[in-house]
Amino acid sequence: MTLAQTSLLLVYASLIALAIAMIAFATVYANTRTKVLVGSATKPQSQPVRSRAVNIGYSVSWLALALLGAALVTRGLAVMRAPWGNMYEFALSGAFAGLAAFLVLSLKRNPDWLAVWVVVPVFALVGLAVTVLYTEAGPLVPALNSAWLIVHVSAAIVAFGAFTVAAGASIACLVIEWMRKRASDAPWLATAPTESVLDRFTYRLTAFGFPIWTFAVIAGAIWAENAWGRYWGWDPKETWALISWVAYAAYLHARVTAGWRPNRTMIIGLVGYATLLFNFFGVNILIPGLHSYAGI
Amino acid sequence: MRTALILLLLLALAAIPGSLFPQRSAGVSAVNQYLEDNPNLGRVLDALGMFDVFGSIWFTAIYLLLLISVIGCVVPRLRAHLDSLRSAPPPVPADLSRLADYQQLTTKASAADVVTTAEAWFRKHHWRLATKAAKSGTGLSAEKGYARETGNLLFHASLIVIVVGVAVGALWGYRGQVLVREGTGFSNTLVAYDEFSAGRLFDAKNLPPFGFELEDFEAEFEREGTQKGSPRQFTASALTRSEPGANWQRETLEVNHPLEFSGTKIFLTGHGYAPVLTVTDPAGHVQFSDSVIFLPRDGNFTSIGVVKIPDAPQQVGLEGIFLPSAVVDEERGPISVFPAPDSPALFLVAWQGDLGVDSGEPQNVYQLRTEDMKRLGVTSLLPGDVWSLPQLGHVRFEGVDRFISLQIAHEPGRQLVLVASIAALIGLLFGLFVPRRRIWLKVTNDTQKKTVVEVAGLSRQGYAGLSSDIAEMLGEVRRVK
Repeated sequence: MTLAQTSLLLVYASLIALAIAMIAFATVYANTRTKVLVGSATKPQSQPVRSRAVNIGYSVSWLALALLGAALVTRGLAVMRAPWGNMYEFALSGAFAGLAAFLVLSLKRNPDWLAVWVVVPVFALVGLAVTVLYTEAGPLVPALNSAWLIVHVSAAIVAFGAFTVAAGASIACLVIEWMRKRASDAPWLATAPTESVLDRFTYRLTAFGFPIWTFAVIAGAIWAENAWGRYWGWDPKETWALISWVAYAAYLHARVTAGWRPNRTMIIGLVGYATLLFNFFGVNILIPGLHSYAGI
Repeated sequence: MRTALILLLLLALAAIPGSLFPQRSAGVSAVNQYLEDNPNLGRVLDALGMFDVFGSIWFTAIYLLLLISVIGCVVPRLRAHLDSLRSAPPPVPADLSRLADYQQLTTKASAADVVTTAEAWFRKHHWRLATKAAKSGTGLSAEKGYARETGNLLFHASLIVIVVGVAVGALWGYRGQVLVREGTGFSNTLVAYDEFSAGRLFDAKNLPPFGFELEDFEAEFEREGTQKGSPRQFTASALTRSEPGANWQRETLEVNHPLEFSGTKIFLTGHGYAPVLTVTDPAGHVQFSDSVIFLPRDGNFTSIGVVKIPDAPQQVGLEGIFLPSAVVDEERGPISVFPAPDSPALFLVAWQGDLGVDSGEPQNVYQLRTEDMKRLGVTSLLPGDVWSLPQLGHVRFEGVDRFISLQIAHEPGRQLVLVASIAALIGLLFGLFVPRRRIWLKVTNDTQKKTVVEVAGLSRQGYAGLSSDIAEMLGEVRRVK
């Protein structure tokens, strides 16, 4: 079996793990068990107990992350370069970054509520990668053959990971608040995090991703200046990278604008995430441009 | 803030059509093609500026408004920030107990010692400090995290500089395209360019007078697997000199590795084939002998080109399709199946009559106007083949050279844009991650001659480290005997 074939097998294995994690995490929205902790003497705190299903979800997600990481490494070894040469490889890397950002956060915080909203897009991304976007392992086209590939693409991928988890938190928040407003008496609502907690969570992740995205755009401009003779040429990919940047800048402004409730702010953040997705799928597939060599 | 928010969303929205419709700035031919395919819709879109979005009035209006809004935000905030840097932190609020992290402790140490200890701790950790003694007790105001606002201001000011830098490039910069065949060259003057565009304040006298000659160009393509035909390596070997009379230097030009002459950069952006043809008239006089640029039409370099021979007794034109790896497909006819010249073939149509070149009208050198011409015949040639036509003479397909397309560009504001971008990024990091926080202390004596210390903090960004700052400072105070 060649390294490239091993890589593909690992991707399929991660897909199975992700599917299990997805189901396990979905049970958060059905789980009813809570435990009352008598902590600091003043007021009793009600804290959800992690069910066995959720624990399985985390274990299987870590496994999926390891499998995806191994798939990327073997793919990189198969072609002897960073695995960022075409859409298949970008999709896998983006999925890896999103899942990694989520799992690293889970070490210190309790993101049970948004787990399913992160794992579903990660699963979809990996699934699309192997079905629609799959490209045979091969060397780079000359335009991509530059050290800037590593700088520019890795920054974009890390930012994408942070934005993915932020989008997951926003969706979790909107769903929970919508249920609350409907006066739903679902027992799990009692233990669901408050709007302000999820709002701060989303903000932190976006504030982390935004400067990295900014850096990715700047690095891309420096590379473009070297490769195409201009740092900015309104190529569709560049235009959409700026649109995402502007949308997330709008999110950061909305958050400090008086009178803007978190739910409206989060919708702007989600619009930003939608522009990221369009930049990746729409621009590469639908619109001809200088970035079209990214290959399907 | 609301204005900035709306303008940001408008800017994002306005940029979308620029990515969906072909833009003149990226290539006029795609726009013309679109107008040809959708004449009615195209005319409406053109009137709305959809093919020149980023130069259109409405797009310019949005970003200029945004720029004004940024300036209108930065200037007063800069003034306020400078004021706050010079003035003392705000005095202790009347009721500290309403603030977050409010704590109270009683100690036997004297009030003066407590104040000195607290002051020493704040100084050590670089807090700005103001102590105010009153009859009722001593108030201590400490503030830290001014770098947040400094970063915010730096970020927004840098955005203004970026726009200025882009404007400098747009006004004084130029860019153009030159096609160079192997064995030929050019010197950097306006006549050498196939396409040229420059800013309003550009002066042709400022073109650096370098010379360029292409010796050889090599391209490698993937030969195996699903990516067969993908380009792998392009290398151009060239002779260059910085000005007429200077020594020629041998240089290698590759994608991602441009050449540079006094700020003007030369990029390798494309390549194609230039078949070599020799045309001799029936009397044996050579009418034409040169390589001819054939523009590639697809990924396998099916290329088309024309030869115009205006000096012949009766003007002659040749139209051709060049296929580097020719295969005759049963349905589609002759096509190229691979970009490398594995089995080159040339298909020619010969015309005789009026080329229209004497009319004085500018003509496209890659197109033949055949309205006033008579078709003499069609043939297919392999390298070395000769096509004999009684009216024309002989056309010999000698072989094939390559040509490269060079993008030559000068963008004067680019260093400014780069520096401002880096400044913006640094400003952004400070503006997002440095929390502004205040701590207030009120030190009073109670009736039992003990010292009462009240502490509270405030951080609008919900900075989690504030309580540990307070705890650390109070720890020092507690140790005072």
